[in-house]
Amino acid sequence: MNQSLPDATGHFGEFGGRYAPETLMSPLLELEDAYMSLKEDSDFQEEFQYYLREYVGRPNPLYYAERLTETLGGAKIYLKREDLNHTGAHKINNTIGQILLARRMGKNRIIAETGAGQHGVATATVASKFDMECEVYMGEEDIERQALNVFRMKLLGTTVVPVNSGSCTLKDAINAAFRDWVTNIRTTYYLIGSVVGPHPYPMIVRDFQAVIGQEARSQTVEQAGRLPDYVVACVGGGSNSIGMFYPFYADSDVKLVGVEAAGESILSGKHAATISAGSVGVFHGAKCYVLQEDDGQITPAHSISAGLDYPGVGPEHSFYKATGRAEYVSVTDEESIEGFKLLSETEGIIPALEAAHAMAHIRKLAPTLDKDQIIVLCLSGRGDKDVYTIAKVLGVDPINPGTGRLPQ
Amino acid sequence: MNRIEAKFEQLRAEGRSAFMPYICAGDPTQEISRKLLLTLEEAGADLIELGVPFSDPIADGPSIQKASERALVDKISLRRILDMVEALRQETQIPITLMTYYNPIFRMGDAEFCAAARKAGVDGVIIPDLPPEEASTLLKAAPAHNIATVFLAAPTSSPERMRLIASVSTGFIYCVSVTGVTGARASLSDEIQPMIAELRKQTQKPVCVGFGVSTSEQANTVARLADGVIVGSAIVNVIEEHLGDEAAILSNVKKFAEELVAGVRGEI
Repeated sequence: MNQSLPDATGHFGEFGGRYAPETLMSPLLELEDAYMSLKEDSDFQEEFQYYLREYVGRPNPLYYAERLTETLGGAKIYLKREDLNHTGAHKINNTIGQILLARRMGKNRIIAETGAGQHGVATATVASKFDMECEVYMGEEDIERQALNVFRMKLLGTTVVPVNSGSCTLKDAINAAFRDWVTNIRTTYYLIGSVVGPHPYPMIVRDFQAVIGQEARSQTVEQAGRLPDYVVACVGGGSNSIGMFYPFYADSDVKLVGVEAAGESILSGKHAATISAGSVGVFHGAKCYVLQEDDGQITPAHSISAGLDYPGVGPEHSFYKATGRAEYVSVTDEESIEGFKLLSETEGIIPALEAAHAMAHIRKLAPTLDKDQIIVLCLSGRGDKDVYTIAKVLGVDPINPGTGRLPQ
Repeated sequence: MNRIEAKFEQLRAEGRSAFMPYICAGDPTQEISRKLLLTLEEAGADLIELGVPFSDPIADGPSIQKASERALVDKISLRRILDMVEALRQETQIPITLMTYYNPIFRMGDAEFCAAARKAGVDGVIIPDLPPEEASTLLKAAPAHNIATVFLAAPTSSPERMRLIASVSTGFIYCVSVTGVTGARASLSDEIQPMIAELRKQTQKPVCVGFGVSTSEQANTVARLADGVIVGSAIVNVIEEHLGDEAAILSNVKKFAEELVAGVRGEI
């Protein structure tokens, strides 16, 4: 594994860094110090492993999707079942890690941002479990399309704070969380949900999510007798994908493929394909690929999936792209629905719309490969939260769907 | 010596502190903000902080967020703001410092920005999301074009960071008076005095205080401690109150600025 990423100043090659307001600089340095010492602390690591095992339910399976494989008629497809984690997505790996870190740092108030609501729910969950005050910032547009997760957060005792500035989505929720943190810096821990933001966040979140790839790597070797040919995951900010990719970084024969959201299409301009169609900029505290105008204003992203609807991307992904270590592709809203239906109908697994994007790429990739090749897909979350969105697309009333089969 | 340094030298000789109002370029329109800048000078401003609106202003409170949104509707950009300053230089020699997030500069290129800023007649730049550690490209380019690089010090800055900030700042040091975002506040922070004392130990450079200064009484208090008083959101709020009425915007901003000037000069 490559231990030199990021470097001592928080850079992944030219990417990353700490482009933060001065008020946050000393707190970010303190956070880095606290984390670096706990990283080597066996008590802390044992505590983290304990909660991953007993509370999250890890290790989760690497499942050979036999019927999906047969249907697509190409490479063998294995699913890394992050959807089976407590709270239904990979997000909880990171929130467990960070809340234990916050506790060790003596903080008693947690703030977070959320897009799809999965990180918000995962944060609300650990805040309840570890008895911390919790506020989650969420764009008004996301509050509307992810109502179920808003209610879950409230049930868990969290205050959901609506954000009505800018595009009213994830990027604006992050802006609002930064403003809260700058204001309440001495008492508050900002529990960021993806591998974005100023150093050390992209490193911390990656390290806590790396359990996904560590398990998947050894499970593939155990079940298939060798490493996979392809590892595929969706990329919004990029936490499930970096967690999946990082442990394979040094395995240069393993192709890493990140799947971005092409929204209505890249040409339409309504998309979230930051790496595929963006350019290098400085956004939310880090140098990374970003969707922007010629004059440096950030362009709002668009995706049917709230969790991918973000105009920036983690600096480590930016580095993997620039160095060619990973390949980044994109699929449209429409293709993601096909991926969603395919996995639901062949394996009885309803995926989150985010993971359905990765599924949609595999639908194209698998038939082009030989039957003895292996693809591992990170199934980052389950799709319950998205059934209203899907129902709308399919023209079905989810409260009163009627009987018989779905219209084709 | 650029206009900022010359101004602070003059003020030091006169034994008074500077009044530095902030407006957001393009708020509510490019033409009105151009007139506002001249109005503020007439009211007694010593320097101007001219905001470059950004889509994601993480260091700003609601007043400047809304001002940025209004300005972006009018299709303002960093290039247009430089054109605006260039045109204004026919009418005024007041020192102008741009307050901008880093991405618009990064996108243009640090060296190209510094060259264009100098050509336009800009004197300095304040970048709230660019700490000294990430500023090496800018710090390499700025001196050749005589652009002052103003860094911010915050209540959370350690003495070591204060030293770093003081060493790389030129023109003046921007002392952020509160842990928080920009915005008018009812009372002044009690963190100002110790911060200024710490900075004074490190440097002879002028120290200006901003974030949360919103009345002439507060301006008066700050002027006794610092070399300059920066008022932003409170002025932007006056603009917002009179949106749609250009004459009222100009007359009310002028009146408010005159009160603040009186506060800074101890004439209240």
